[in-house]
Amino acid sequence: MKFQIPIGPQHPALKEPISLRMTVEGEIIRDADLRLGYNHRGLEKLAEQKTWIQNIYLTERICGICSHSHTTCYVQGVEKLMEIEPPKRGQYIRYLVSELERVHSHLLWLGVAGHEAGFDSFFMYTWRDREIVMDILETISGNRVHYGINTIGGVRRDLDEQQVKHILDSLAILRERSEYYQHLGTNEPSFVARLAGVGYLSREDAIALCAVGPTVRASGVPMDVRKDDPYGIYGEVPFEVCTADTCDVLGRTVVRIKELFQCYNIIEYLLKNLPSGPVAVRAPRRAKPNEVVSRYEAPRGENIHYIKSNGTDKPERLKVRAPTLGNYAATIKMLKNGFIADVPLIFAAIDPCICCAERAVALVDARSGQERIISMNALKKLSRQVSAGNARKREAEWPL
Amino acid sequence: MLTKLTHWSRLKSPWILHLNTGACNACDIEVVAALTPRFDVERFGILLKATPRHADVIVCTGPATRQMKDRLIRIYEQTPDPKFVIAVGACAMSGCVYRGAYNVLGGIDQVIPVDVYVPGCPVRPDAVIDGVVKLLNKLKG
Repeated sequence: MKFQIPIGPQHPALKEPISLRMTVEGEIIRDADLRLGYNHRGLEKLAEQKTWIQNIYLTERICGICSHSHTTCYVQGVEKLMEIEPPKRGQYIRYLVSELERVHSHLLWLGVAGHEAGFDSFFMYTWRDREIVMDILETISGNRVHYGINTIGGVRRDLDEQQVKHILDSLAILRERSEYYQHLGTNEPSFVARLAGVGYLSREDAIALCAVGPTVRASGVPMDVRKDDPYGIYGEVPFEVCTADTCDVLGRTVVRIKELFQCYNIIEYLLKNLPSGPVAVRAPRRAKPNEVVSRYEAPRGENIHYIKSNGTDKPERLKVRAPTLGNYAATIKMLKNGFIADVPLIFAAIDPCICCAERAVALVDARSGQERIISMNALKKLSRQVSAGNARKREAEWPL
Repeated sequence: MLTKLTHWSRLKSPWILHLNTGACNACDIEVVAALTPRFDVERFGILLKATPRHADVIVCTGPATRQMKDRLIRIYEQTPDPKFVIAVGACAMSGCVYRGAYNVLGGIDQVIPVDVYVPGCPVRPDAVIDGVVKLLNKLKG
């Protein structure tokens, strides 16, 4: 006997609207289906109407947790298009904020994982410590979540001695707390028992389904854009790619805790080797016609921005491939043959950021309810078919 | 007597439902941050509830996307009377940067009535607390 269970769009386990349809046999999930689009805002289209500078603040609002990831990814691409190089100090501050964001995102995730596993005191602990990072980010940028620190050609704010000292002091507290979490996450028997073996994703599947970030690293694949294709200053910063080979939610937890320590090391290195000089260079208003793909390792995995310019002060096309989208296929695989009770945990383990991932267009036939995803080319073909019979004005004069 | 009691208990334990209608997650984590030890809204008796049927206050974030519109109305109707809506963030107030996008309605008040607006992009947890307290004062008066 098979049942279908809908979860979402409004559901206690989900902080954001998404709909999951689960086909279950008793307690066991046989098939899962994701319904998207609740959070689709039409951001890529909006980007085409805004200037290069305005788009920094738009891309920042793709997602609230990895806001700096999206702006950095975008700004890196635009700098390549405009053929400018930000000064060293500007780059150091930019990637310092990146790493601080990774720390805040991983602490946030640890809390959510603890909450989904029924370990609420862990949630409260990590979120209390997350406030330390938020304070650091606030002193650097003036805002807690959308930092608005990136600009084309560098960063907007400089660091002074006092701030550097404040960050290093806070880092010592965070390091101490993270050691406690590492101990807790790997030794607390009930917590480990809840996470171990849940949401199994083998190494082969992780590669075949194009999983990214901590999800793929927890399946034993050392994949990290910072190492594989170093951007910015990552070529000169020493750090390790953290992996685990348990292929389950426990592995994903361990990877994230290990990454926290790597982040602390990187932040310390950046602050101790902070070069002097200006933080930004002047950027031109227009970019030559060209196209660029920019890659960035966000807390959740690889983030890709494709930007096309046409010689004006606005982009012709901005395409965002957020890390969560890369992990959806793997999530379905993880959910299959699992238990219903594990759904929130498995789904939380990819650290879903639904607002990042809402890009695809799905057409739903209003009469039959049939759904299909359509490509841009097929859409063009369809429109040509529809308009083929229409009378066309030959030799029409361009109105402008 | 009974009305006095319900009025008093309503003031002392406003239970909230957090609903994302297309927000960028920033306001959502700030709402959750307001529940955690640094800000701790539970001291006002505020509890985050999982279902609209238990909630008194709907805390709405996001600019209301077209696909969420029907769901938003449905959730509003599921909430028992008297119900209140707090629009959290610049998106929920007017659409913020998404204003003019094809899939965005531009504010919660385009769909359901709103009692309190909390500005900010994103709002600080302190502002969320301020908004809730203002709503409580509104109920008192």
